[in-house]
Amino acid sequence: MEAVKTQDISVNDLAWKIEYHADRCTMCGSCVASCSFKAIKVETQAQSIVVSTDSQPKPEHRHVARPIIKQVASLTDFCRGCGMCEKVCPNNAIHPVRNPDSRKTLLSKDAGPIKRGGRTNLNAQRTLDSIIVGRISQMTDPSLDAARHTFDIRSPFGRVLSAKELPFQMKDGKMVMATKTPPVNWIYPLIFSDMSIGALSTRAWEAVALACAYLNEKCGLPVRMSSGEGGMPVKLMESDYLKYFILQIASGHFGWNRIVKAIPHMVTDPAGVLIKIGQGAKPGDGGLLPAAKVAEHVQAIRGVPKATLSSPPNHQGLYSIEESVQKMHLSLNAAFGFRVPVAIKCAASATSVSVYNNLLRDPYKICGGFFIDGIQGGTGAANEVSLDHTGHPVVSKIRDCYLAAVKQGLQGQIPLYGGGGIGMTGNAAADAFKMMCLGANGVFVGKVLIQLLGCVGNEQGRCNSCNTGKCPMGICTQDPRLVKRLDIDKGAQKIVDYVLAFDAELKKLMAPIGNSSIPVGRSDALVSTDKAIADKLGIQYVC
Amino acid sequence: MCRIGSIKSKVPVHPSKALHLMLPQQEGHDNSGFAMVMQDLYGIFSTYKDKPLLSMACTQKGNQMVEEYMDSHNFVQLAEWIPVPNKEPGLDIQAMPYYVFRNYDFPEHYNELSQKEKEDVLLNTRLALRKLLEDAGEGYVYSFWPDVLTLKEIGDPRDIATYFHLWEDNGCLSAKNIVVQCRQNTNYDIVRYAAHPFFLQGYTLCANGENTFYTKNKEFQKSLHRGYIGFESDSQCFLYTLHYVLHELKWPINYYKHVITPLPFEEIEKREDKDVLTAIRQSLAHLEINGPNTIIATLPDHRMITCCDSKKLRPVVIGQDENTVAIASEVCGLNEIMPDRDMTKDIYPNEREVIVIDNELEVQRWKQ
Ligand code: SF4
Ligand code: SF4
Repeated sequence: MEAVKTQDISVNDLAWKIEYHADRCTMCGSCVASCSFKAIKVETQAQSIVVSTDSQPKPEHRHVARPIIKQVASLTDFCRGCGMCEKVCPNNAIHPVRNPDSRKTLLSKDAGPIKRGGRTNLNAQRTLDSIIVGRISQMTDPSLDAARHTFDIRSPFGRVLSAKELPFQMKDGKMVMATKTPPVNWIYPLIFSDMSIGALSTRAWEAVALACAYLNEKCGLPVRMSSGEGGMPVKLMESDYLKYFILQIASGHFGWNRIVKAIPHMVTDPAGVLIKIGQGAKPGDGGLLPAAKVAEHVQAIRGVPKATLSSPPNHQGLYSIEESVQKMHLSLNAAFGFRVPVAIKCAASATSVSVYNNLLRDPYKICGGFFIDGIQGGTGAANEVSLDHTGHPVVSKIRDCYLAAVKQGLQGQIPLYGGGGIGMTGNAAADAFKMMCLGANGVFVGKVLIQLLGCVGNEQGRCNSCNTGKCPMGICTQDPRLVKRLDIDKGAQKIVDYVLAFDAELKKLMAPIGNSSIPVGRSDALVSTDKAIADKLGIQYVC
Repeated sequence: MCRIGSIKSKVPVHPSKALHLMLPQQEGHDNSGFAMVMQDLYGIFSTYKDKPLLSMACTQKGNQMVEEYMDSHNFVQLAEWIPVPNKEPGLDIQAMPYYVFRNYDFPEHYNELSQKEKEDVLLNTRLALRKLLEDAGEGYVYSFWPDVLTLKEIGDPRDIATYFHLWEDNGCLSAKNIVVQCRQNTNYDIVRYAAHPFFLQGYTLCANGENTFYTKNKEFQKSLHRGYIGFESDSQCFLYTLHYVLHELKWPINYYKHVITPLPFEEIEKREDKDVLTAIRQSLAHLEINGPNTIIATLPDHRMITCCDSKKLRPVVIGQDENTVAIASEVCGLNEIMPDRDMTKDIYPNEREVIVIDNELEVQRWKQ
């Protein structure tokens, strides 16, 4: 007994405890082999058992040494509750159980602040669930038929001018364009959000990219995908598929070297450029790719050695928003001959409206979209304190920005896209629809996509280990053995099927409010059962 | 639901004709009100066609307030018609004490003003009068424009007509263009301003249907022009968009349809003018209307137009004889006032058409 110290770690200090049924276990070893976190091990245990082997009861007491599966009591190799062991066990002999008495957060700071990936575990409240599509066409006007009517589900991506600024000229009784206007692409209002190669495994990124291309080429849905920071494979940049991608530039400028070199060889323009200023999951922090995930191909794409890649919190050399517009927007616009819209992505913040106002009033009319990322967004790696305690919900922020534009008569000029928690409870179409009624032109999703690929992480602390390089699902790891677990085609198919269902569900929501084009700003179509939310968003309170 | 109608004629017609156009359609319009705008006036107003005509309904105090305002702004009263109503008992009308139709001359120093400046003065004056009466709760100002008369009231249109002696054509009131509607706004509050046709700077419009993009139209229009106010009815948005596209942006009439019911992106892609159509669609996305509706409108040059929504959920029909073109929600209205016309020539516009009738009664069909 003297050997035990109160500071020693026991499995009861951890967030997940393994429930193991030695009686069902056939010692196949699958669970131990599959646990990428080394949270379980095989141990020999001395057991005292009573056996009877004769045809008549003849109990016999034996001391045996038997192999068993045991949870590791460690603050580094701890169980994440991913359930991989349960998935592979042929005999239902093992599974993780959430431990309400966990002391893990308290104890694991001796290696510095806790870092993890995933999403916030504290602020998972769902504003969108207390909002209902409540303005249904009933006798005043007919509902549409979701199955038979044609719906025009497209959103602008690019800087839209006011009608008075359009360079129209009359020619033979018809209006023609006298000069060029800023580029605007009409895309599907669901954007695959920026998850880089590096944060994601090559297979996971490929599965998302494949789904994107399939949706465009076979299903007629112009879905766009953001590359994430760090660039894209040169082959892809020089292919015709580039038109489905939005190139991202973040504060580390990773990958841009190669992008710039590829520009002369591009056979088509990318769908857009997205300047990432901040990220909803960890506002104020730059991107972070732990060394464990900087595999050879990541080094090649980004042009870096194997080391932890921390992007700075700011784009160096940008002091102010005016400067950002002038320098970054102008140079990126110029890089693609002013043919490609350049948008900006910020973490939702108490200052979002000021940022949006500045962009709206910029004299160059050069910002092609404002992406607002809420606190419920995901990340590959961040300090837990940032994930749980910094950020800003996105729903009211989109509304505030939209109404700020309405006040100035500038709504629609810089398209608003909202993300961070869209589809958190499984139904991204309902979330997207409500966001659009509140003023968003579209939404972007990331976590939903990797969940479709197999990610088991959730807002209650399950897994959330994307920073470790040990993703059990092969999604955000560069370990070739883990990556092999992911079937690219099956993953892509899951995403395609989800988006097709999304499209059908969006129509199911547009039909009853009698709209054939997307209802941006139709706040009258929404009601809320929560008075505070109704008041804040300026929609009807109902009970 | 509403029923709407209009008459455009080479010879001046009396409002009773408009009533006859509307009454057969009454099952659809519920007889809850009567509203009409007459343009290109004859009868007692023919002498003052170029002088602005004020149409209002008010109390005695309201009338005084308006007179004081107009005096202090140097408008000179030229002529006035205050109908003597038939107050026989049992009429279903929520009458105001006074209905005033009065011609004014511009203040002398306005003579040098350009046409546009004059138009602005007229609009500003109407808005000021409206505010004056609205704040005091003493009446309603419907239009203040040369050669335009507006009458609106709540009640049964037949009784309203009796009240104003509209059944008897004594030659005092007639016009070459009449736009008419027989229902109060029943979706929202019963307010006199909510009854269409609406009028703004030479543009008259009434609509049958629902504008499901009302909120976004309204939010956008509020910042586009000082004259875009009220919004007591979702149909006002159609007028304001018409005014914005033609009067403010000065685009040709055929682009109006591209604003309110834009072509689907797939169809735009196939068009030669796709850059223009896409630019319109994206810049004026907040003026799109969605939902079932038909509109009838008169332009400042007295051309009359009609079109319906992009799914043709609300119908409209146009009939014609030698001297008259009439538009109505239902053909029974046309049959009542022009039974001898050649019915095979009736036009039922499709969802992508704009019908324009010029002053020679030539009917053009513009395909969107
Ligand atoms: S649940 Fe996951 S982390 Fe925990 S023991 Fe099983 S495989 Fe390992
Ligand atoms: S399954 Fe992979 S992607 Fe999902 S939370 Fe775990 S580590 Fe992250």
